[in-house]
Amino acid sequence: MSVPEKLQYPVIPLIREDAAVSDRSYQAKPELMQALGYPGELPTDWKNKVLASMKQQLEKSRALRVFMDSCVQCGACTDKCHYFLGGGDANNMPVARQNLFRSVYRRYFTLAGRWFPWLVGARELTRDVLDEWFNYFHQCSECRRCSVYCPVGIDTSEVTMAGREILSSVGIGQKNTQNVINKVNTIGNNLGMPTAALKDTLAGLEEDLLDETGIPIALPLDQAGAEILLVVPSADFFAEPHVDGLLGCVKVLHASGLSWTFSSVASEAANFGLFSGSHEQMKNIAKRIREAAQQLKVKRIVFGECGHAWRVAYNYLHKLAGPFDFLDQDYPIPQHILEVTVDLIRTEQIVLDKSRNDEYVVTYHDSCNVARGAGLGAEVGGQFEIPREVLRSVCNHFHEMPQGSTHAETFCCGAGGGLLTDELMQTRKQGALPRMSALQQVVENNGVTHMVAICAICKSQFSRIMPEYGYEMDQVLSMHQLVGNALVLEQ
Amino acid sequence: MRAYPNPPVVSEQLLSLILLAAFAVFLLGFIARLIQYWRLPVPFNIPIMPAPKSRLGVLSRLVGETVLFKSLFRANKWTWVFGWSMHFALLLLLGKHLFYVYSVPPLWVAWLMSIGHWLFALFIFGLLGLLLRRIVVQRVRLISAPSDYLMLLLLIAIAVSGYSMHVGAAVNLVEVKYFVAGLLSFEWRELPADWRLVVHLLLVSVLLLIFPFSKLLHAPGLFFAPTLNQVDDTREGKS
Repeated sequence: MSVPEKLQYPVIPLIREDAAVSDRSYQAKPELMQALGYPGELPTDWKNKVLASMKQQLEKSRALRVFMDSCVQCGACTDKCHYFLGGGDANNMPVARQNLFRSVYRRYFTLAGRWFPWLVGARELTRDVLDEWFNYFHQCSECRRCSVYCPVGIDTSEVTMAGREILSSVGIGQKNTQNVINKVNTIGNNLGMPTAALKDTLAGLEEDLLDETGIPIALPLDQAGAEILLVVPSADFFAEPHVDGLLGCVKVLHASGLSWTFSSVASEAANFGLFSGSHEQMKNIAKRIREAAQQLKVKRIVFGECGHAWRVAYNYLHKLAGPFDFLDQDYPIPQHILEVTVDLIRTEQIVLDKSRNDEYVVTYHDSCNVARGAGLGAEVGGQFEIPREVLRSVCNHFHEMPQGSTHAETFCCGAGGGLLTDELMQTRKQGALPRMSALQQVVENNGVTHMVAICAICKSQFSRIMPEYGYEMDQVLSMHQLVGNALVLEQ
Repeated sequence: MRAYPNPPVVSEQLLSLILLAAFAVFLLGFIARLIQYWRLPVPFNIPIMPAPKSRLGVLSRLVGETVLFKSLFRANKWTWVFGWSMHFALLLLLGKHLFYVYSVPPLWVAWLMSIGHWLFALFIFGLLGLLLRRIVVQRVRLISAPSDYLMLLLLIAIAVSGYSMHVGAAVNLVEVKYFVAGLLSFEWRELPADWRLVVHLLLVSVLLLIFPFSKLLHAPGLFFAPTLNQVDDTREGKS
């Protein structure tokens, strides 16, 4: 396994064909697939099943059908994917990734492809095609960076998500994603932490907070009647640097005087149904949050720092689990913790001392799902401005990474979309290359010491990958860790 | 005396028939496709963020994409220069053809006629650029199917055959106009027998025929892309 050398940003990569052809996710075991309602193994008439499943996907999504027809193969997206930039495999060019699917679509669902397959790049559906789909659809982090550049609005993630669900329908699932979904279904969160363990963990965190601040600050679980239900990614309960961010959120809520609670039913913000491409799974996972909110009679639902969870919450939650008429309609439903924090800062309800973060010279990594999949606040582009506003309020030294690697054009961390799994380490390293190269610039030019993120996957990926690029694993920080540091708590 | 002999194979009536049939296929196929797209469900909000918060904002986003090719501009300046030139010239060249529809062409059509040479040049510049890019840039070459090259060559051939009618002994445009007027009133009239016109019209027929079955569907497709046409209003409970 090799780490790509950091490049001068921006880069135009040279193609290395099939460079990533062997970077393959582990396949889910038959028992796991069956537990999730899929066939355990490839059925004998898999070809018909795949085509039927394709037809179904094409009929339930205008986006997929239109994207199949609309692509003019102009090449605008070809140098936009972080996996392609980092690894050079031609199939990791977004259009080529789509073409793995489109070529079959053309062969079986269009006149031109049925009559003149050689002319329009149509091809037979074979067992090899399924392997290619499995490999390369799981080398897409669903980050949508390519879609920002597409002149006709094609979003590759819609294609790869449909492709993943089609694969699942014939028993071919990605172990990581399906495993996580199974854990949420059976235990309640992605990390498989039972309620008793969660209680212990929260008690431990309360002690840590008391030691640090000298103030008893509660981390309540299942406290009925609380104003706010806080839903965070389960990694926040113990992973570094996630947990520091969680404690920051807790401090902010404490300082605000609002009552709040975690829920053991919804002890997970993440929704890997988005990654598996299954609307059914996404719905089941989302429903827990509504259930928890109803049970606990809260008035608001607030999501913690998690990228794709926020995308699902922001854009899908009402359709998946609505209506939310029992919540306080004066607040956005759902709300993001940064929206809460920025309101408190703007209305001066919390006191901040920036100088407490003077040891940090920070830059901000826009998490892809927040940047391109959701919004923050009431204004267009709030997902870019609010995190920066908060960061500038709590920190004296902030520098932007180069243009083209931030805001809507931000690079994925390299492990989103279900790719945060050890067997894909090579893919993850390569996928992080553009971000690491952009970071290198502000480290060299501005003396940046830390990169701030607001997504659990970004944080896990960077703390694992940054050492490969010559950084320390603790050079990635949670946004709310800095907020917590600067926050002046009343004794 | 004619500068060019009559085309030996294609009779004028057959040519008119082909043209009409191609146009019918185009129209019906295109409408069928619109209906197909229209009826397909859109399960979720998937606008590419940041997205507009109002319908008016969406309109401006779509205008930005169709008129200025904003996303393409952000992606790649060369592709933008060639692609935009080609589409812009095509639009004006189509406008110029209204000469054959109006009995008395409006001033702007006459003006477009007068700058026809430049439009042709711009069109060819864009097409050749796109073709060259497809051949020279490794990334684009790798994703290109034969039809991707042929489509460009077809457009070049249409443009060259069209332009050639103004070179040398010009085709009698008034006769063409008379023919179109006939078509519009379902009356059979003769086309000037000139191979340049025959070639031009045959190629246009091919283009019309393949339109509803090919990537040329990107034209309506852009407007149907939920990524571009949706309003960012999910939290207001509007969708």
